[in-house]
Amino acid sequence: MKVLVTGIAGALGREVAKRLVERGNEVVGIDVRPWYHPPEGVRVVQADIRKRPAEDVFRTMRPDALVHMATVTHLTHRSRDRFRINLGGTQAVFDHCHAYGVQQAVFVGRHTYYGAGPDSALYHTEAEPPMAVHTFPELSDLVAADLYAGSALWRYPAVDTSVLRLCYTLGPLRQGTLAAFLRGPRVPTILGFDPLFHFIHEFDAADAIVLALERRLRGVFNVSGPPPVPLSVIVRETGRSGFPLPEALLRPLLGRFGLPKLPPGALEHVKYPIVIDSSAFRRATGFTFTHDEDATMADFRNAG
Amino acid sequence: MIPASLIPLPTNAEIARRVSRIELPWNRHGVDPYGIDQAELARLFTLLGFFYHRYFDVKVYGAANVPARGRAMLVGNHSGGWALDAIMVIASAFFDLDPPRLAQGMAEKFIQRLPFLAWFTSRIGQFTGLPENAVRLLEDDRLLMVFPEGARGTAKLYKDRDSLVGFGTGFVRLALQTGAPIVPFAFVGGGEAIPTVANLYKLGRIFGVPYVPVTPWGAAIPLPVTLQILYGAPIVLEGNPDDTDDVILGHVERVKRRIASLITQGRELRDGKRKETELVLT
Repeated sequence: MKVLVTGIAGALGREVAKRLVERGNEVVGIDVRPWYHPPEGVRVVQADIRKRPAEDVFRTMRPDALVHMATVTHLTHRSRDRFRINLGGTQAVFDHCHAYGVQQAVFVGRHTYYGAGPDSALYHTEAEPPMAVHTFPELSDLVAADLYAGSALWRYPAVDTSVLRLCYTLGPLRQGTLAAFLRGPRVPTILGFDPLFHFIHEFDAADAIVLALERRLRGVFNVSGPPPVPLSVIVRETGRSGFPLPEALLRPLLGRFGLPKLPPGALEHVKYPIVIDSSAFRRATGFTFTHDEDATMADFRNAG
Repeated sequence: MIPASLIPLPTNAEIARRVSRIELPWNRHGVDPYGIDQAELARLFTLLGFFYHRYFDVKVYGAANVPARGRAMLVGNHSGGWALDAIMVIASAFFDLDPPRLAQGMAEKFIQRLPFLAWFTSRIGQFTGLPENAVRLLEDDRLLMVFPEGARGTAKLYKDRDSLVGFGTGFVRLALQTGAPIVPFAFVGGGEAIPTVANLYKLGRIFGVPYVPVTPWGAAIPLPVTLQILYGAPIVLEGNPDDTDDVILGHVERVKRRIASLITQGRELRDGKRKETELVLT
């Protein structure tokens, strides 16, 4: 099978590409970032997914399947640009899937879709609507991209589309939202709150994405690994120290004194849990994780 | 309330052992998939043990009516200006059942907004009262504790201490949907422990709580009085969870009457008008 992976140069994208090649697939990747020495069997086109060269990849290479991972967060991109990449890019790749006969598409989204808040349920299921877009506007483009990708199920029924809502990833690659939050030796926490964090090992996440492709999933699925862990335990087990501050004090300090720069809405994610129920995905694919929460935290800790 | 882990209190080793006997899917850190923490529970119950066994004189009748395993809903009345009733029922399910069980309440939404209280309640399994949480916990065969009077119930004044205010209907639909038996219970004596003379709603708004109860001595610190918990025999409701309100209200009325009867019996026992052998808990 010929698989096109957008966002291939990211840490998770590379892991997915390696697995696809190992399993006998031909892999083409698109990314604005370079991947200088991809393994044999992987071809990387350095291009923007919204531009003509990306469409040319669809037209000339005729992939059978798409794994769309080229979405970005507020941690790396400021608002306007982010909105264009996330929503414009998702629209473009699904339109190309339809136009160039791609048979299946996997959209790799995020569990933060559900939002965090004091009145949200502890385990989220796929049918729930996004609840916290108003408190965290920086998430709205990712939520929109998720819903737009899901709409491909009825707009382009010939393309077997699956939307994966992946929980945080953690592990030796040290990439992603949670890894960025845990980067420094001192992790800012909010005094009096200790939410559960749901994470999966990076390698298990890559396995799950490949599995979704191989099982030709259709529909929306939460993807998680081991049960969630309180933030205080993550801080301890990854060798960090917590830096608890009252919320009123933490807000003006963000982005200063070595604390990460976060939009105000992100603080909700440090106060309240986002935990997902991934039983539908496990039933549909038979997925099992191989790294439990302790191994995952240890891998993250020991990598750097 | 501050999490027990921040209070330098010793953990009673025997209570810690009892906590480990609660039949929940603990991982090797002693944490369950909902984030309930054995260490935090052990500290909590060490502290609660003092109030449950020494400070108050808690008398429990019909504990055998609570199923030892499997899903069930404890449904009862509010008595006392704040959640003293819930705390004592949690203690009762832990100390008086064998194996001990963790009663999981459906907390008011404001609790999750308050620093420390949000943390503490999350670690001891007292989650926000949302239908999604309730269904999930019951489907996981847990013991759910429900006060269908809601916050209106804790706001009862001293003179209304043994009355029942309007019941919600959600708990009946929940029982029908999940097939969970309802164990009705009465909590008697909360009004004597915390005799509320007024509720300050405007002051409450400043602190982010629904109201602040006031007793003749000011703060709502409970008196060391006798408290009674009477568990009735389980009621298994049959019907469609999507029935119209008038059908559901029939079930609600049945449970409410059972609880009212248990309250009356507890009150009569307290006043010496009835003997313990004359209790009708079935």
